[in-house]
Amino acid sequence: MSIDKTSVSPEDEHIVENPEAAAGADVAVDPRLLVRERGFAGYFDEFKRKMRAGDLGSIPVVIGLIVICVIFQSLNSAFLSAENLNNIAVAMVATGMMSVGIIFVLLLGEIDLSVGSVSGVAGAIMAVLSVTHGVNEWLAVLIALAGGAAIGAMHGFFFARIGAPAFAVTLAGLLFWLGFMLQILGENGTINIDGDGVVGKLTTYYFSDVAAAYGLAIAAVALFFVTSFLDSRRREAAGIPARPLVDIVVRTVVLAVIAFAAAIMFNQYKGLPLALLLFVVVLVVSDFVLRRTGYGRKIFALGGSVEASRRAGINVTAVRISVFAIAGFFAAVGGLFWASKIAAANQSAGAGDLLMNVIAAAVIGGTSLFGGRGRTWNALLGVMVITSIQYGLALEGIATPVVYMVTGGVLLATVVIDSITRKTQKTAGRA
Amino acid sequence: MVHVSATPVLALRGVSKRFGAVQALTDVELEVHAGEVVALVGDNGAGKSTLVKTIAGVHPIDEGVIEWDGKTVQINKPHDAQNLGIATVYQDLALCDNIDVVGNLYLGREVKKRGVLDEVEMERRSLELLQTLSIRIPSVRIPIASLSGGQRQTVAIARSMLGEPKLVILDEPTAALGVEQTAQVLDLVERLRERGHAVLLISHNMADVKAVADKVAVLRLGRNNGVFEVKTTSQEEIISAITGATDNAVTRRAARGNGEVQK
Repeated sequence: MSIDKTSVSPEDEHIVENPEAAAGADVAVDPRLLVRERGFAGYFDEFKRKMRAGDLGSIPVVIGLIVICVIFQSLNSAFLSAENLNNIAVAMVATGMMSVGIIFVLLLGEIDLSVGSVSGVAGAIMAVLSVTHGVNEWLAVLIALAGGAAIGAMHGFFFARIGAPAFAVTLAGLLFWLGFMLQILGENGTINIDGDGVVGKLTTYYFSDVAAAYGLAIAAVALFFVTSFLDSRRREAAGIPARPLVDIVVRTVVLAVIAFAAAIMFNQYKGLPLALLLFVVVLVVSDFVLRRTGYGRKIFALGGSVEASRRAGINVTAVRISVFAIAGFFAAVGGLFWASKIAAANQSAGAGDLLMNVIAAAVIGGTSLFGGRGRTWNALLGVMVITSIQYGLALEGIATPVVYMVTGGVLLATVVIDSITRKTQKTAGRA
Repeated sequence: MVHVSATPVLALRGVSKRFGAVQALTDVELEVHAGEVVALVGDNGAGKSTLVKTIAGVHPIDEGVIEWDGKTVQINKPHDAQNLGIATVYQDLALCDNIDVVGNLYLGREVKKRGVLDEVEMERRSLELLQTLSIRIPSVRIPIASLSGGQRQTVAIARSMLGEPKLVILDEPTAALGVEQTAQVLDLVERLRERGHAVLLISHNMADVKAVADKVAVLRLGRNNGVFEVKTTSQEEIISAITGATDNAVTRRAARGNGEVQK
């Protein structure tokens, strides 16, 4: 990025206006240091500074979710019922899983348009192998997932090794794999799967024991608190800025309220859905990989500057291919959840608005389309928004055309908010 | 003046490099000692970048000898140069805008504990490093995008210091910077010298060269055109060595301006 002389950051203006600070390089404490005060005052200051700088994070989408809930609840009191929320939680997993994969690709600053078709292929492979050819269902699932990863790796190869634009390669993939799926489904076009099988259970199994949902909530809260606390202790021991205990407690309490509210809600209906548990596990693991491992750091680096990554010794080609393989893998996972939801592999799988919803969920959740910024938790928030809109409008008996228009409007609003905040960040020197 | 060792850290003896029909470097000699800042100057196309790239291992030399601590060495790959202890900071910095300062400092050589990034250790060491170099940035946990051009340059230089190199090559470190930021970078160059690093500084800016360099090596059309002690040499002498003539656009301007440019 270029250094725009006209948009001087506040810090720089400070230097110009304060020649003493500029000259006095030996001053012990630099006035420009963002020293964070301890306690709530410091926390509030930090928050205000972020708001002013346009660093909104997940706040717009959380507000959006609350607005959606208020609107639909006032239209129909069944919206916030345990049954409806449960259905939303299960229905969103297929799109959400695929969205996790697309976030990996978006972090590189690339796009994968083929995930919809690849999800259809995975469902078809699984159904054809297990139902038509009688292959063990677990094996069929593994083959379908490996197939998805292989297809993704192939797209990645054409992009990273041959140098074709990812947009074009995956657009070709979108068409090719759609045809491939129709081909292997054969003339019938629909293969029903066993509702009590591995795939069938994915979206129909609930942990009916109330202990499951509460146990998960307790485990999540405890894990969060212990890891935050230990991290903070280590930082203090190393003499570097650490998160104050009050801060950790507040965060833990917020998480606990959300987790237990969800647990109570699930237990009022059928219990904790298996699909949601798997989704949460995927989110935790993928977030850990992205933010805590060398591999994740490489992905962010590539999203920031390819040249810098190359000079830092990162194998650019290998990382790119692997990221597309991950997108293909999660597309396949999503495809299996989709097949489970409709209890069949059919010709319409992976078609329609699925691809758009997957990308929209990632973007609505807060992932940047320009690479280098985002978290896999964005997939959860984004997909909650999209699925809530779908279910809320369905409760009202409003037809698909309106659903499309509303979802499109929400996506546009998100991108607009993103662009405006980006501008604010630029003028505040934080782009 | 900081102590300068007798044996140069890096010495080029009769180095030549040819690209197809173009003789980029011919019999170039260069010496850089520990605790010394050598400025490498020359007009566009004089071979500065080629020379730097041969030292950094991007372009292996065709003829001549590279000596490191008095011993003849082969530098055929960037990796060879890094292993010897040569760090190069290129003009375009090669930082990732979206990653914070700590992440950029350790990009490609992350500290890990049981396969997981050890952020605490990296942050502690980063703060330590920035402190020893007296580099001031608002926070080590903000993305590079939030920093000014000068701060980015200092981060890029700090990054090159992580491997404890003996020789640091800086390619036009002040080219895109403002007055204040240039001063920060020049301060840092002086600190590198004080810590006993050998510094090879490529620059177009005579003011910078006069400010921090101990010696100036001039390249002209791929050949040596003199090595000068900065203290005892006037700017005009250096410029005439660069342009290859005493009568040139710069001296004519100086004459017209009643010698005001002269120091």
